[in-house]
Amino acid sequence: MIKKQLLGVLIAAAVAAPALAADQSVEVLHWWTSGGEAAALNVLKGNLEKEGIKWNDMPVAGGGGEAAMTAVRARVTAGNPPTAVQMLGFDIQDWAKQGVLADLNAVAAREGWDKSVPAALQRFSKYNGKWIAAPVNVHSTNWVWANKAVLDKVGIKNPPASFDEFIADGEAVQKAGFIAIAHGGQPWQEATVFDSIVLTTGGIDFYKKALVDLDPKALGSPTMEKVFHRMGQIRKLVDKDFSGRDWNVASGMVISGKAAFQIMGDWAKGEFINAKKVPGKDFLCFRFPGTQGMVSFNSDQFAMFKVGADKVAAQDKLASAILDPGFQSAFNVVKGSVPARTDVPDTAFDACGKKGIKDLAEASKAGTLVGSMAHGHAEPASIKNAFYDVITRHFNGQIDDRKAVQEMVAAGSN
Amino acid sequence: MRAGWLPKLLLSPSVILVLVCVYGYIMFTVYLSFTASTMMPAYEWSGTASYQRLFRLANWNVSVGNLAVFATLYILVTLVLGLLFAILIDQQIQAEGLFRSIFLYPMAISFIVTGTAWKWLLDPGIGLEHTMRQIGWESFSFGWIKQADMAIYCVVIAAVWQTTGFVMALFLAGLRGIDGEQISAARVDGARPWQIYQRIIIPQLGPVFVSAFVILAHMAIKSYDLIIALTNGGPGRATWLPSVFMYQYSFTRNEMSVGAASAVLMLAAIGVVVLPYLVNEMRKVKHG
Amino acid sequence: MADTRDKGLVAGRIFLYLVLIFLALLFLLPMYVMLANSFKPLEEIRNGQLMALPIDWTTAPWRSAWSTAQIGVQATGLRPYFINSFLLVIPAVAISTMFGALNGYILTQFQFRGANLLFALMLFSVFIPFQIVLIPMAKTLGTLGLAGTVKGLVLVNSVYGIGFTTLFFRNYYAAFPVELIRSARMDGARFFAVLFRILLPSSSPIIIVTVIWQFTNIWNEFLFGASFSDFSSFPLTVALNNLVSSSTGVKEYNVHFAGAFIAAIPTLIVYVASGKYFVRGLMAGSVKG
Repeated sequence: MIKKQLLGVLIAAAVAAPALAADQSVEVLHWWTSGGEAAALNVLKGNLEKEGIKWNDMPVAGGGGEAAMTAVRARVTAGNPPTAVQMLGFDIQDWAKQGVLADLNAVAAREGWDKSVPAALQRFSKYNGKWIAAPVNVHSTNWVWANKAVLDKVGIKNPPASFDEFIADGEAVQKAGFIAIAHGGQPWQEATVFDSIVLTTGGIDFYKKALVDLDPKALGSPTMEKVFHRMGQIRKLVDKDFSGRDWNVASGMVISGKAAFQIMGDWAKGEFINAKKVPGKDFLCFRFPGTQGMVSFNSDQFAMFKVGADKVAAQDKLASAILDPGFQSAFNVVKGSVPARTDVPDTAFDACGKKGIKDLAEASKAGTLVGSMAHGHAEPASIKNAFYDVITRHFNGQIDDRKAVQEMVAAGSN
Repeated sequence: MRAGWLPKLLLSPSVILVLVCVYGYIMFTVYLSFTASTMMPAYEWSGTASYQRLFRLANWNVSVGNLAVFATLYILVTLVLGLLFAILIDQQIQAEGLFRSIFLYPMAISFIVTGTAWKWLLDPGIGLEHTMRQIGWESFSFGWIKQADMAIYCVVIAAVWQTTGFVMALFLAGLRGIDGEQISAARVDGARPWQIYQRIIIPQLGPVFVSAFVILAHMAIKSYDLIIALTNGGPGRATWLPSVFMYQYSFTRNEMSVGAASAVLMLAAIGVVVLPYLVNEMRKVKHG
Repeated sequence: MADTRDKGLVAGRIFLYLVLIFLALLFLLPMYVMLANSFKPLEEIRNGQLMALPIDWTTAPWRSAWSTAQIGVQATGLRPYFINSFLLVIPAVAISTMFGALNGYILTQFQFRGANLLFALMLFSVFIPFQIVLIPMAKTLGTLGLAGTVKGLVLVNSVYGIGFTTLFFRNYYAAFPVELIRSARMDGARFFAVLFRILLPSSSPIIIVTVIWQFTNIWNEFLFGASFSDFSSFPLTVALNNLVSSSTGVKEYNVHFAGAFIAAIPTLIVYVASGKYFVRGLMAGSVKG
């Protein structure tokens, strides 16, 4: 049996080799391997196959793409890059700087990407005026997820509108014997909370100055110290076992009614939906208190690598298929994110999704759409991780507010 | 016998491969550590900047400190437990094969997943502490993995669990290879069992200790999956090891030259630790 | 007097077994957690009773991990990747073991200048962290035209196995009775005759140790597998990692645990089935030196 299969594989490989030269295939390296993510990507694969393009799948999961990025390095070094690689934010720009990404301007011009993709996203999809990546979705990270039954029991009628109300509500929840905030103690999760607190404390301009422009005055300001003070307030509302907890376990605590709130990006919705919870009835989703009208985002994109001339046609078709409005809708309904184009109808989305699309369009117009630092959309990996170091050490009580502010300035000046 | 051309020829592929793929690449890494490489290798010389940066980084100092704690405890505990297990198994017990398999199986399973099981077990909210309290031991407390100053010991526990069986097998082999006559003679003289172990058997296990030490040291230095799966370096950055540091800076943080510098220092440290062993191994065959 | 001594012995035996059973249970605990949860529906895990036995037993996670779980965009389960792993592991183990035997033979039975230094160089190679060879190795494989191929992976895994295999065989052959080889030589046996007719036939213990060691290491190796393979050749560990680590998706722990066991079956079999020979092999020389 195995022998037969083996033979089959060998024959398939032998047959496939010349087929590769015939260029109608794309190899896609990504880390979307869990049920919902992969199912969403399968839509793309199906669309391409309808056009006669073979999808060669190269998934490398782990650490939010860390393992995948290592694999890409090896592949590029070996001169054997995949056609397209799933990437986040500054990673795309860093690869573009290496001069290994393809030029998609022809497709982009033909299909009018400049008009349909928000400028905040283009910041990452373009390098020196050239399109180098095709954005798939926009995740928004400044959400709070709440268990409605717990809030009812405690007597919280409306979602908190300001940070102080949030803390007051949290304390009330704690008094009633629940965990106020379900939090997972991993650096990126702490940074996700941090992003929201920077937004609510300093507003959009401060966020941009401190986390995007790395202005040492902003990073070392009393506002920043207040941000860390507030991180400490959040810390008090978290249970003692938070450290190392996966985000989805934290979601589980809200779902099961052990905890009232979770501060997490919109992918958390998948956990609630999978547990058969209904938005609005069993759980609530609202913007982090005090960040209404602002959206911090991260966007999954497929960076296109320079490939042999024979493969360019297939690569262009892949890029075009990714930006196809029908695909963008189908994919994001499944994934829990919102489309990377602002002209995709929201009819297929649920209540939280519709709100997400509306928020994105409005924020994009009002200039309150900012890249999430926690998710690599404000700073390159080296600085992002240096910020992580400070935030996570502060949250774990290893440094105090003042020292944290000093270290933020140092981390930003690297 | 003096070697003619044939043995030398047949040895050469291995030698060439090792020279290129180990020492060549080490030289490459050494060179990288003196450049300003970020995401991919860059070749302009930039002096010792990356070493200076390395020494300023809190993460590096934490990693080195952790390695000292981790390696010492891990190697010591595993050696002691491995020997103890081997002695227990060596008492002509029933179902030896079963016990041996139970102690050995952790080596067979990838830590990518056993890490999750350990994470749960050690998590006070759902694992051991929770269970013990549920069955009535209210004051039972075991929350090390959540405490920055204790979490590294949890890593030691999981690492010990993974390799004790292997070290046990090494010692078991050593025990079984010892000449029985000396032991019987001692027994006739009225020596108690533990005296026999202390005076006759354990002193003869010297070479096993050395082999086990080398294998454990190499595992301690390379431990990476373990940390990632168990604590991912947390709480905070409390359980980073140099291997984690190297990977993070080389591939995740796009500071390849700093990663290379850490690798060079690690290799130097390894060299110092294993050099006596290498010299000893080199000498061995001369009188063989 | 004899009576109390017997009683003492019996008590000692009972104590010995109690200790062993306690330790065995302790060692089985993580396995228990994995197994128990691999037979639970996901809701039961979500409800938080991780240490309890399943209430509602199900084999669905196992079936899913084997044949329907999402590894990439295709829902293939782990099944297809076994072939990739075997295609990689079998030649890599065979080659590195062969080189180990050859090197061990040459390094112990022949004298030439620098032999010990060469051995030390090979031995030191077991200590290098694999992360540092990633980039230069990728370059090398690219130059050789082996990037993304099973051949390339076989080469990489063989190269970094030579240190250990040479160590094992060298120590084994160093303890080999010199007279046997000497008399064979007097009979005019040539280089290969000595290796194939005298050394290898009595090397089964050390071959077993080497094969177990190499098989386990290469089977569980992830970094090379993820970096030096492509869509057509990635091994089981990469697939397993794809199964268990997702960033923003729902984590199906029951399927993860089942998958971990499925992926570990070959190594578990190797350890359990040949555990006895493993100890014998270790006895036979590799540790005595």
